[in-house]
Amino acid sequence: MTYIKSIGAYVIMLKSVFRRPQKIKIFREAVFKEIDDLGVKSIGIVAFISFFIGGVVAIQTALNLDDPIIPKDLIGFATKRSMILEFSSTFIMVILAGKVGSYITSSLGTMRVTEQIDALEVMGINSLNYLVLPKIIATVLFYPFLVLLAMTLGILGGWVAGVATGLFEQHDYITGIRIEFDPSLIRYSLIKSSVFAFLIATVPSYFGYYVKGGSLEVGSASTKAVVWTIVMIIITNYFLTQMLLS
Amino acid sequence: MIEIKGIKKGFNGTEVLKGIDAVFESGKTSLIIGQSGSGKTVFLKTLLGLHLPDDGMISYGGITTASMDTNAKRQLKQDIGMVFQGSALFDSLTVEENVMFPLKMFTKQTKKEMLERVNFVLNRVNLTNNNQKFPAELSGGMQKRVAIARAIVTNPKYLFCDEPNSGLDPRTSIVIDNLIQEITEECNITTVINTHDMNSVMEIGEKIIFLQKGLKEWEGTSKDIFKTDNEAVVNFVYSSNLFKKVRKVYLAE
Repeated sequence: MTYIKSIGAYVIMLKSVFRRPQKIKIFREAVFKEIDDLGVKSIGIVAFISFFIGGVVAIQTALNLDDPIIPKDLIGFATKRSMILEFSSTFIMVILAGKVGSYITSSLGTMRVTEQIDALEVMGINSLNYLVLPKIIATVLFYPFLVLLAMTLGILGGWVAGVATGLFEQHDYITGIRIEFDPSLIRYSLIKSSVFAFLIATVPSYFGYYVKGGSLEVGSASTKAVVWTIVMIIITNYFLTQMLLS
Repeated sequence: MIEIKGIKKGFNGTEVLKGIDAVFESGKTSLIIGQSGSGKTVFLKTLLGLHLPDDGMISYGGITTASMDTNAKRQLKQDIGMVFQGSALFDSLTVEENVMFPLKMFTKQTKKEMLERVNFVLNRVNLTNNNQKFPAELSGGMQKRVAIARAIVTNPKYLFCDEPNSGLDPRTSIVIDNLIQEITEECNITTVINTHDMNSVMEIGEKIIFLQKGLKEWEGTSKDIFKTDNEAVVNFVYSSNLFKKVRKVYLAE
């Protein structure tokens, strides 16, 4: 029953979020600020993780390909496919659900318990629209770029790992990443990342906005928000894969 | 003027406000007092529209809130200034940006005009040369003054203050009380203050309403409160020996 109530409250929240902003200039400023807070400040962690994951995938694939019949260019191919299909979109989004999700919940939760949200409401400002819509726009617009960055750096990481360890030849790897290049897979990954970006902005916002109590409850809401955002990403990933690839 | 008739509000089957009538006049400072749990905060939040009343009528300037359409309600909210108990300043904005925020949202003033108005109200609350500081860099009293400046920057008709003295030392409390009273008289604002501070009650209470268990138990002025024989009011206001002595001296005079 509680879950159904929460889903209902989440939908009602979205209804209030998607209203025309009261002042476009202020809204635009808020979107750019959120792009900086939620997107640009995540570039470092995304780049770091993608590069090393790409390296690890390439090394693991190389170590498991000890049959001489299997061509070595499969290492580049497998790394490319893994990075494009899952790691850049799903894995990176799970990381961002932790980093950005907890930030959103704790910042909104703190605003709630310190009456800053009440202050906005008393002024006649639609606080959900003012606080949450810029987050949604920022993440949905910016996260696909993070995913493209993750794909590129992941594939680059695989190449660097090969060169550094000598497990495979450079030209094999490059041949591997060139063969059977399918742009629709990148499109699939970008669509997924936009949907996940929406979840990363809205689910933690829901937990933060409706928090009741004090700092302890804000902390607890942050944990719940991260868990539920990851759960939602994993479930949505399954259905999107079914819908877009099958 | 704000008029309230038979206002009721409950949560999960528990009635918090059980039918309160009150009138708050323009240019006067009215205080709501009562023990913790008496319904003061719910009363204030209901007046502000943060809680919808279950029953009763609230009218601002002779127009009931129930008869207002969305635009009228939005306009009314722009006529309201609120000072929250914890100041509720936006952490990520500087003092100047906090005070300028309502102007940016609701007026078409130029940046220069807004800055002039912000500096004027900050000067009015005796807080100059702190424009670029963030709320976390200010003392409690300074934060309250910024909150008052933000509340009055749009020239509101109504000013609500929830425990404006909480967490302040007695000297700063008096400064804040006097500031609110002066601004109320200067701008002919209808001011409603929710307080526990007995010093405020004695000093600035032009009208005092005592709430008990969700009902209006007593109403009067700061002078009446010395003379009242209402047991609940006497027990609440004169619970400390100091105030008992103050009352004795006042009555003897």
